[in-house]
Amino acid sequence: MTENYTALYEEHKKLGASFTDFGGWQMPLKYSSELAEHHAVRKSAGLYDLSHMGEVWVTGPESAAFLDYALVGKISAMAVGKAKYSLICNEDGGIIDDLITYRRGDQKFLVVPNAGNAKVVAAALAERASSGKAGGFDVTVEDASAGTSLIAVQGPKAQEILLRLVPAAQHDLVTGLKYYAAVDVPFMFGGTSQELLLARTGYTGEDGFEIFVANDDAAALWQALVAIAEDGELTPAGLASRDSLRLEAGMPLYGNELSLDGDPFAAGLGPVVALSKEGDFVGKAALAAMKEAGAGTTAGRKLVGLKGLGRRAGRGHYPVLKDGNTVGEVTSGQPSPTLGYPVAMAYVDVELTEPGTALDIDLRGKAEPFEVVALPFYKRQK
Amino acid sequence: MARVAPELQYSDEHEWVARDSGDAGSNIVSIGISAVATDALGDIVYVDLPEVGAMVTAGETCGEVESTKSVSDLYAPVTGEVTETNPAVVEDPALINSDPYGAGWLFKVAAESEGPLLSAQEYASKNGGEL
Repeated sequence: MTENYTALYEEHKKLGASFTDFGGWQMPLKYSSELAEHHAVRKSAGLYDLSHMGEVWVTGPESAAFLDYALVGKISAMAVGKAKYSLICNEDGGIIDDLITYRRGDQKFLVVPNAGNAKVVAAALAERASSGKAGGFDVTVEDASAGTSLIAVQGPKAQEILLRLVPAAQHDLVTGLKYYAAVDVPFMFGGTSQELLLARTGYTGEDGFEIFVANDDAAALWQALVAIAEDGELTPAGLASRDSLRLEAGMPLYGNELSLDGDPFAAGLGPVVALSKEGDFVGKAALAAMKEAGAGTTAGRKLVGLKGLGRRAGRGHYPVLKDGNTVGEVTSGQPSPTLGYPVAMAYVDVELTEPGTALDIDLRGKAEPFEVVALPFYKRQK
Repeated sequence: MARVAPELQYSDEHEWVARDSGDAGSNIVSIGISAVATDALGDIVYVDLPEVGAMVTAGETCGEVESTKSVSDLYAPVTGEVTETNPAVVEDPALINSDPYGAGWLFKVAAESEGPLLSAQEYASKNGGEL
């Protein structure tokens, strides 16, 4: 697998990170203890390098109509400044990736795919721009992933931490920023001030922000945040905690809960698929047929939350059992640091998906009791 | 870099073996897992130990160690009967991370024979540990 390094790789080494390969990237798994990092995000704030994520700009007169065609959501309905979670599917309704789209102007959008899918998504968008209709869409698709870093500050204290880098006169840009919205904000770091795109989005179930910054400036911004972290309220955190946080928050991970073979309805993402939007979009016919057939409601399997009644955790690909018969498969699972019991997400036969249903997970030959619960496992107090 | 305690011997599966120093004639050994292993596993949240009285066989699995991210088999580095297990690590598995060569010991065996064991030096150079 290709080894990619973010612009912050040397910074992570300085902080003593352990690394893991994720989507072809060497990323920090943890700096000290993944449990401590997890709790830091829930109680205070965590600092993440997410530069492995992709950044694809779509600009031009037909940008909105093009994204309505290329993605499953109604992107054209977004106001400038907003962000939207969506999917890019293939003609069969298989999920190529889940992604967030930010509307930065009437004719300007930023699409953020997952690390491992960034090139595939950029290529699919470019291909759909030219082949999507006669003569192609009047748009430009530019993959800026290689030059763009992404730094996240996540947790209840994220806002007050970021305000320390923003001039007082611009504080209301940050405090007034709504969840799933983005704004350009001047940040003071590295001895200068620079306007950066700040989004109030995340993957942890907490309040939090993501900052897009050019690779050349990423280390200086990271160092400014690490200096704040030395005061104790912000903790550098790796992908291990990001995974446990997103699992508690019931958020799907591409490659675990979502895949080319899966379908959005079974994953609980039916509302993301705008079948009623005007015009055709890639995968529409297949997705309409899946919905008609009852995918994820009356037919097939559906993604559920499972709460462990014992101490042992289910892990990805472990079978889910009912009376000894296989009725599903775990997609993600581990002990929940916040809740103190094992949690898992699993695809289970739809008739066994009512909350309260008793199921077992086959833990390497031993049946351990679990119970179906509503997702998310953890919801922050607002 | 993970610390390798110099006074212990190690298996390829990252268990350490300590001879009971108090009694010269004793064949009782204490067994735990190395800091190289605990670093790789991450925060340990569950440990499944063999029962007192059970026979374990060198090179065969005798339990499990589960961290937030993974489950690993525990291999017996020696053959013999289990004489004692550490209730503290069952209650608080984080002890295995915080003190792998001390309070985080796992179980004791009346060793009849040993599997292949490495010196601390050999183990450290093979696994990137620090003496």
